[in-house]
Amino acid sequence: MATLAVASAIAMLFMRNAVHSALMLIVNFFCIAVFFLTLGSAFLFVVQIIVYAGAIMVLFLFVIMLLGVDRQEDLHERIPGQRWIAILLGVGLVAEVVAAVRLGLGLSTGHAARLEALNRGGNVRALAAVLFNQYFFPFEVTSILLIVAAVGVVLLGRRQAGDVAGTRPTAAGATAGRPRGAGGATGAGLEPGGDLEPVP
Amino acid sequence: MGLIPLVPLFPLAAAVILLLTGKWWRGRSAGWFATAAIAASFCVAVALLAKLDAMPAAHRELARHLYEWITVGTFTVGVTFQVDPLSIVMALTVTGIGSLIFLYSIGYMNGDERYTRYFAYLSLFVFFMLTLVLADNFLLLYVGWEGVGLCSYLLIGFWFERASAAAAAKKAFIVTRIGDAAFLIGIVLVWMHFHTLEFSAVFARAGSAAFTTGTATAIALLFLAGAAGKSAQLPLHTWLPDAMEGPTPVSALIHAATMVTAGVYLIVRSLPIIEQSPDAMTVIAVLGVVTSIYAGLSAIGQDDIKRVLAYSTISQVGLMLFAAGLGDASAAIFLLVAHAFFKALLFLSAGSVIHGLHDEQDMMRMGGLRRAMPFTAVAWIIGALAIAGIPPLSGFFAKDEAVAAAGLLGRYGLWVCGLIASFLTAIYIGRATFMVFFGAPRYEGAPHEPGSVMRVPMGILAFGTLFAGVLGISPTTGILPTFLGAPEFPANAPSEFALDTVAVVIALLGLGLAWFTYGSGRIDWVALRVRFAWVKRPLERGLYVDDAYAVVFGDGGKLSAAALAAFDRRGIDGLVGLVARATGSLASAGRRIQTGLVRTYAAAFLLGAVCVLWLLAARAT
Amino acid sequence: MKTPTEWYLVVSAVLFTIGTVGVLVRRNALVIFMSIELQLNAVNLSLVAFSRQWGNLVGQALAFFSMTVAAAEVVVGLAIIVALYRKRGTANVDDASLLRW
Repeated sequence: MATLAVASAIAMLFMRNAVHSALMLIVNFFCIAVFFLTLGSAFLFVVQIIVYAGAIMVLFLFVIMLLGVDRQEDLHERIPGQRWIAILLGVGLVAEVVAAVRLGLGLSTGHAARLEALNRGGNVRALAAVLFNQYFFPFEVTSILLIVAAVGVVLLGRRQAGDVAGTRPTAAGATAGRPRGAGGATGAGLEPGGDLEPVP
Repeated sequence: MGLIPLVPLFPLAAAVILLLTGKWWRGRSAGWFATAAIAASFCVAVALLAKLDAMPAAHRELARHLYEWITVGTFTVGVTFQVDPLSIVMALTVTGIGSLIFLYSIGYMNGDERYTRYFAYLSLFVFFMLTLVLADNFLLLYVGWEGVGLCSYLLIGFWFERASAAAAAKKAFIVTRIGDAAFLIGIVLVWMHFHTLEFSAVFARAGSAAFTTGTATAIALLFLAGAAGKSAQLPLHTWLPDAMEGPTPVSALIHAATMVTAGVYLIVRSLPIIEQSPDAMTVIAVLGVVTSIYAGLSAIGQDDIKRVLAYSTISQVGLMLFAAGLGDASAAIFLLVAHAFFKALLFLSAGSVIHGLHDEQDMMRMGGLRRAMPFTAVAWIIGALAIAGIPPLSGFFAKDEAVAAAGLLGRYGLWVCGLIASFLTAIYIGRATFMVFFGAPRYEGAPHEPGSVMRVPMGILAFGTLFAGVLGISPTTGILPTFLGAPEFPANAPSEFALDTVAVVIALLGLGLAWFTYGSGRIDWVALRVRFAWVKRPLERGLYVDDAYAVVFGDGGKLSAAALAAFDRRGIDGLVGLVARATGSLASAGRRIQTGLVRTYAAAFLLGAVCVLWLLAARAT
Repeated sequence: MKTPTEWYLVVSAVLFTIGTVGVLVRRNALVIFMSIELQLNAVNLSLVAFSRQWGNLVGQALAFFSMTVAAAEVVVGLAIIVALYRKRGTANVDDASLLRW
């Protein structure tokens, strides 16, 4: 399971097509959901699949399709040394965390038995008890947050004057203004833009 | 007692009045006014002499305190004029010869557009010179010392429209400045040791054991440096030949009779200190005689009549220092007085010749002038015989007394050197005499004798030159030596008569050689000049001492100035520019961090996070 | 035998790192966003693992909240990306470099 999770994550990284990346991410989410299950949280197992894999990734796919950025992305790295830095720092990060965990916890299973006891009446019931008693206030605030997010998205999604490119432009008249890369045409060792043309 | 301040005050008043009211004097009246002032000073000085003479020998001193000039803690200096035998002799010389020269100037400077200012400067000079000789402490003497330097600058550069005159004035001031600096250090040393600057106090304590020979030598040598500057001795003599750019009366007064003798006065006055260091005395004597010989040689090579006299002055002052260094103060002063007479006479005669030939100073364009200007010729010849040391003129008594002092003290090496100097003196003055007044005329135009206003002073000086020898017929019992304090000679000294005879023979030999070469017509000395130009040229250039100074100090100074300027431009400005450029480069390099790309910023975040985690992990373990 | 918590945490760290590398390496804004989601998930995983470790449900509750907030964030983020695409015509992150020197 763990191997699958990691493999799908790495695959997501290497996919040239954005849709393929999204699909790999979905696989990854499923693996994590299974992890949740094995860790004694049936509720989160379900919620993960429904919310993350079901809602969020679907949204992602919608936008990818909408914007038409699913073409093959050029994998040539334009910032010198970026890949090396990323790998180096990544390895460093993992090493540190592993070391910390090893030092802190070691190979222990903790109080797994206690958790099982709590889950006796079902994980949902147990979680609800915590959620509506201890974390009631954050719960309400989170709902407000969701409403605000919805309103914000509506606002952000409006079409405005000066839009260079809409979503997939129709063949009729979308050559109004070739989208040029925004600024930075004089970078040393870097030429941003130019790998993107409006799809006729 | 109120007489004493009048001596310097009359010339000072004349100077101030003439400076303030310059434009209102018509014709030659300014000249008569100034002459009257200095003549009045002379009369007061004579009165003081009489007063002094009436006093017993050991206590011949009068003083007049005017006011306290400086009081700073324990350092007090007062303006006090004192009159004692030495200073009254000097004052009489200054005012006496000065009056005659003032009189001469009335005629010589007639028609000059800055006539009044000339007499103002001259009177100011006399005031400072009198301050110098009448001061009772070193600081007041130094005031006079500096003042005469200033007036010398003003008067040498009197015709400042001539670039050479302005340059000569600057040169005089700067070269004497070097000596002045040394003198001032010497004064400071005196203060440091004696805690007073008054002569009486200092000289009274000079003999004490606490006053080490080392300190005495230091002070003596520093004073000698000052005297060398002011009196134009080696190595600070280079300004005097160039100072002849000034009007001839100025040369006569300042650079023959008075200012150049200020150094001798200083040494003689400070003998109580200097005598504590026998080494310093020897140095003074040796320097004097070496300068004398050097200047004598240089005088032989000169073609400008005034430059001959200038080098002659250097030579004679060298002999004065020679005598002072031997300890014979009265001989030095006697020579000073006699020299004032005959040198002034020679200069005034030269001025008469120059005036008569319409500003011609080159001896090659003179010759046979005794027929056209007989009065001047006689005056000159009297002066020439005196300086050569022919009896019974004053020069014989004075100069040969100075030289003989060496023999009488048993220092025969120095005595021979003195004789060499005398020999050279005879040669150069003989050469000048025969070139100018004898032989075939080489001049143009019709020279005429000067007016009576110029001839009267010349006559009086000639009279003095002839008979002033009476003041010191014997070095031990003459009038002047007894007045000033006679020297003591060891009992086994050779007789004066023998020494003097040798000196006269040498002088006659020199004159004879000069006559043979230049006057007898048997040698074609014009051709000789060309053939021996390789000898004459170095002599004429004063053995290239001045040229050496120009290269070492002049060019060296310019080089170092250029180097410093370059350093300032490239080094210091470069440093500042470097800072600016470095800042610029640093900024240029630094701004590349701002890539504007999100991903590099993200990388930076990650780097920071990793580092923080590392720190935490390291802390925990 | 139950698996030790440590392994879950290691997996979580690895997933997190992969997500970070993804943020740094990819240029497509959407893929970067997806990598961020991966990071969030990794964190959720570790939270639940700790929940089991300490034997209470606090971790699970926190993971729950995290998911919720992540959902809201995704929504807003995607809206922003869409707006940016409309304005600039590109979803390439490197093109937004006006603040470059």
